[in-house]
Amino acid sequence: MLFLTRTLPFLFCFVFGVTSWIIYYVPHEYAQTIEREFALWLRLVFAFAYVLGLVSLLSLHWAKIRQRQAGWAYSLIVYISFGVMMLFVVYNDGNGPFAPQETTGPYQWTFINVHVASSATMFSLLAFFISSAAYRTFRARTPEAAILLVSAIIVMLGRVPIGAYISDVIPEAMQWLMSVPNMAAKRGILLGVSLGAIATSLRIIFGIERSYLGGGDD
Amino acid sequence: MSKITSCIAIAGIFLRVAAGAQEPVKIEVFDTPNDAGGSLTITWPLSTSAQTSEYRIYVATAADGPFQLAATTTAPALKSTEPTLFGHAEANDQFHVLHFTDHDTEGGGEPMPLRDGTAYFVRLGVTTDGDELFSDVHSAEPGGNWFNTAKWNNLIISVGLTLVILFYISVARRKDLFIRRIAGLEALDEALGRATEMGKSVLFVHGLKEMDKISTIAAVSILGRVAQRTARFDTDLRVANVDPVVMSVSQEVVKEAYLQQGRPDAYRPDSIFMAATEQFSYAAAVAGIMVRERPAAHIMMGYFYAESMLLAETGSTTGAIQIAGTDAYTQLPFFVTTCDYTLMGEELYAASAYLSREPKLLGSLKGQDLGKALIIGLVLVGTALASFEVDFLTHLFASL
Repeated sequence: MLFLTRTLPFLFCFVFGVTSWIIYYVPHEYAQTIEREFALWLRLVFAFAYVLGLVSLLSLHWAKIRQRQAGWAYSLIVYISFGVMMLFVVYNDGNGPFAPQETTGPYQWTFINVHVASSATMFSLLAFFISSAAYRTFRARTPEAAILLVSAIIVMLGRVPIGAYISDVIPEAMQWLMSVPNMAAKRGILLGVSLGAIATSLRIIFGIERSYLGGGDD
Repeated sequence: MSKITSCIAIAGIFLRVAAGAQEPVKIEVFDTPNDAGGSLTITWPLSTSAQTSEYRIYVATAADGPFQLAATTTAPALKSTEPTLFGHAEANDQFHVLHFTDHDTEGGGEPMPLRDGTAYFVRLGVTTDGDELFSDVHSAEPGGNWFNTAKWNNLIISVGLTLVILFYISVARRKDLFIRRIAGLEALDEALGRATEMGKSVLFVHGLKEMDKISTIAAVSILGRVAQRTARFDTDLRVANVDPVVMSVSQEVVKEAYLQQGRPDAYRPDSIFMAATEQFSYAAAVAGIMVRERPAAHIMMGYFYAESMLLAETGSTTGAIQIAGTDAYTQLPFFVTTCDYTLMGEELYAASAYLSREPKLLGSLKGQDLGKALIIGLVLVGTALASFEVDFLTHLFASL
């Protein structure tokens, strides 16, 4: 059992990790074929995993409806939405489930007018969330917060026409802030992230880090 | 009459030469470097003619033909535009380059792709003022390459960093290494303890990326450490997923953690669930859980996009302790603003090692730090050299 849960996944990880690392340096057609094959396997795994995901989603909401948990009505909406969309997919604008999906019809209409619109609404809420978070952060209670406040005002004014209207210096200062201190910080983070990613990959490929398999590092 | 014709022809040639029309004296034909095969490359000297010329590449499988058209161009690229293949030599500005992968067929059908291992004879035709002048015939065989020479710098850096990290792992086995304190990770026990005392759950969110992304793997590793603690403290752990593969892996990780802590009975697979598969549906679902179920701690680790602010700001209004970690630098300001603790960039990758206190893992962190110090040193030296227009170090580290 330990072989199946610990040793075999580690072996898979090692073999596929080292192979993928080598393939990165080999442009030959053979290597590219192996890479394409790996990508295909990944898609197959994803296809099966989506079934698991669907089962998880539906069983979670079914439990909420059955136990009348708080907000169970939302779970009912999940079921109704799922059922309706499934019917539209099968209907396929009159062509049936075995024809390629049409780009017109009730499924597309519902997707664009309900799902896309709802997502856009969620995204637009971001403006209000940013405002409230910015208000908390930009209160100049410490020297660092004061610097942040001044920088933020310069960047905000420099991005809109009124900044240049007030003074030509503001857009230039904004550009300097973005391309010097901001860029330096961004690159510093990226440098650390890249090295961290390399170290993590090595730990996983060589089996030093096994917590992703669950449990500790036995 | 024939003397007159000859004189006119000679005069014509003289005028063409005087006008700058030149026969390409030197061409080079070779297998295209660093490719999968089926491609040849031809280079020839930069045209000095003021007039626009048309260049035609002809290909044959025998030295004496028949030649078929493979490519035509009036604006060939320079070798200097492809430093990954030809380096940064100044002379590259003086040569044109063209890659071709197929040639016309006699019957005028579909172009015939170049076959690996077949010798092709190539010549260049230059047309200026309607006269086409041909180069000598050169031959080459296309073929796939077994090493991308443009990535040798990457390979050396990777191997070097690997050796440094493996060296520190071996050092860590013999002696204790100092690792700086990471506040966000120190606070993890505090957050889980608070949830235990309040009798509330812990919500774990691991970003939007799939399982093959390193940030997600790091997040799942942290989930394993968190699950060990929630199993020990007997605290309810909720994991909201956006990707079914990540969900399946998370279920296994949490299950193993509970087993290892001797609490398989406390493990509930439906606590690790799919919330949604779309970004904003997921954000709405998780925000709903935060507001309705009021977990005592929100742990957000992984790669986030615009939903980071929606989640963290909603979470902050519920009064929960929030610990976030991401390598998405565009989202870091949002987390820093709204969370109690934030793991920035590489700290996300260090978290699992830090929490485990396993010497081997801590050794890899130390190796990573040394690698960073080396790169910072090289950046400083490179900046100084570049200021004096010495750019070999810049070229050495050019991303490809």
